[in-house]
Amino acid sequence: MQALTSKAKQVERKPMTFWEKLYIPAIAKGMYITFGHIFKKKPTISYPEQTRPFSPVFRGVQVLNRDEEGRERCTACGLCAVACPAEAITMEAAERLPGEENLYREEKYAVKYEINMLRCIFCGLCEEACPKDAVYLSETMVPSNYNRKTFIYGKQELLIPNPLTDPEAFAKAKGNRPEKNS
Amino acid sequence: MHIFLTIDWFVIIEKAILISVIIGVSLLVAMYETYAERKVAAVIQDRHGPNRAGPFGIFQPLADGLKLFMKEEIVPNLSNKFLFILGPGVAMLTAMMTSAVVPWSGNIHAFGRDIPLQIADVNIGILYIFGVVSMGVYGVMIGGWASNNKFSLLAAIRGASQIISYELAMGLTLIAVLMLTGSLSLRTIVEQQLDNTYYVAYQPLGFLIFLVCAFAECNRTPFDLSEAESELNFGYHQEYSSMKLGFYLFAEYVNMFISSAVMATIFWGGYDIPFLNDVNFGLHHGQNLLAALEAICLFLKICIFVFFFMWVRWTVPRFRYDQLMNLGWKTLIPLAILNMLVTGFVVLYHHIGHF
Repeated sequence: MQALTSKAKQVERKPMTFWEKLYIPAIAKGMYITFGHIFKKKPTISYPEQTRPFSPVFRGVQVLNRDEEGRERCTACGLCAVACPAEAITMEAAERLPGEENLYREEKYAVKYEINMLRCIFCGLCEEACPKDAVYLSETMVPSNYNRKTFIYGKQELLIPNPLTDPEAFAKAKGNRPEKNS
Repeated sequence: MHIFLTIDWFVIIEKAILISVIIGVSLLVAMYETYAERKVAAVIQDRHGPNRAGPFGIFQPLADGLKLFMKEEIVPNLSNKFLFILGPGVAMLTAMMTSAVVPWSGNIHAFGRDIPLQIADVNIGILYIFGVVSMGVYGVMIGGWASNNKFSLLAAIRGASQIISYELAMGLTLIAVLMLTGSLSLRTIVEQQLDNTYYVAYQPLGFLIFLVCAFAECNRTPFDLSEAESELNFGYHQEYSSMKLGFYLFAEYVNMFISSAVMATIFWGGYDIPFLNDVNFGLHHGQNLLAALEAICLFLKICIFVFFFMWVRWTVPRFRYDQLMNLGWKTLIPLAILNMLVTGFVVLYHHIGHF
């Protein structure tokens, strides 16, 4: 039969030579190779103790940001919800009451802010749409869970810790992502 | 009353302690062999292996054992229940029994007596080992048959025929060794090698054949056809679960330990400490220290053999059945006969000086 390509190789089926029939040389060679592998460097990373560095453009779970005084930046304008291609974001707006100036930066704030992590595709369009730098994608991943309801993240899960009262947790949640200029 | 007076109670107590220590040690070693096997497999394949249970994963065998005990114990409906339970028991029993004639060290001196560290110095030690090892076939055969499963039965038959074929070559190599030693007692064989050339120097081919046969007897990888997981669904222990499966797996590791001990004893000087005059050392530093060092030395030799077993397992792929039988009957047995004949000629020549 005509071969379709020139890459086809005829399989050799000639009987084994005496040297090959002895088996021992071939086995010794194989065992030499496997012994060498004992001293090779292992590429494994022991995950919880060691982590691989993320790329600077990595997009993980969203974070609702605060400003330097610990006030929530979000004004519940709804641009992120509009921009979201997966329609994962919903929110409810409310007016800031007198005496709440240390909690919310603008006169309007999000009383409810939910992202459905099962719908989210981590495209980062919400971050791009936000005029107040209130939402951005962090370096953490969504942990697995047995219950679907737990994947609807509310403000409790999304809001970053307060930088004034808990600076360590704030720094940890903020991660090493380069600051965006806007 | 009369019988009780004539029994030497010291001997009974000393043997009872020795037996329990040796059984305990072989079980412990078998436990850590499972761990070592996984570690060796890992480093050969550029992995880490078990490293989560305790430092370096050294509690992994305990976790594995606990898992096996906790599993549901299933006895198939149509199996022969008695034989089904007997199978793993026989496998384990024969694996443990072999250790009775292996000399683990020289005599220790305690309570004004010389206590040999050997359970029974029978003068047919090697024959005893052969008898017990060939009974190991029954563990495989009974388990495979009682499962009432065609795959298990096929695997059991394969395993049995393999063990029987390789036992022949093994016996023939031992005949050559016995012509040199003139004794079947393992202790005598070791004592001849103390501060002398090891028998592996006189019998390199015999040792090689014995090694290959030991692999086949233990159902270790190039010859693990009886548990071929890809062809026969794990062979004779397919229907087994929980600790009955554990017994089969454990028996394999105990077998490996014991056959390493036998190989070290017959061919590599047993408990002899290499590059050291044992008798002189004993006279200068005391007999008990010597015995302890000798036991450690034998243990190290065994460890090297066990590592070799594992190293081969993760290097050489399984033989095809016809290749296995060709190797056994057409290569190893003729080689063993040749080895026997040549040894016989040489021994005879030394004996009478000329032909």
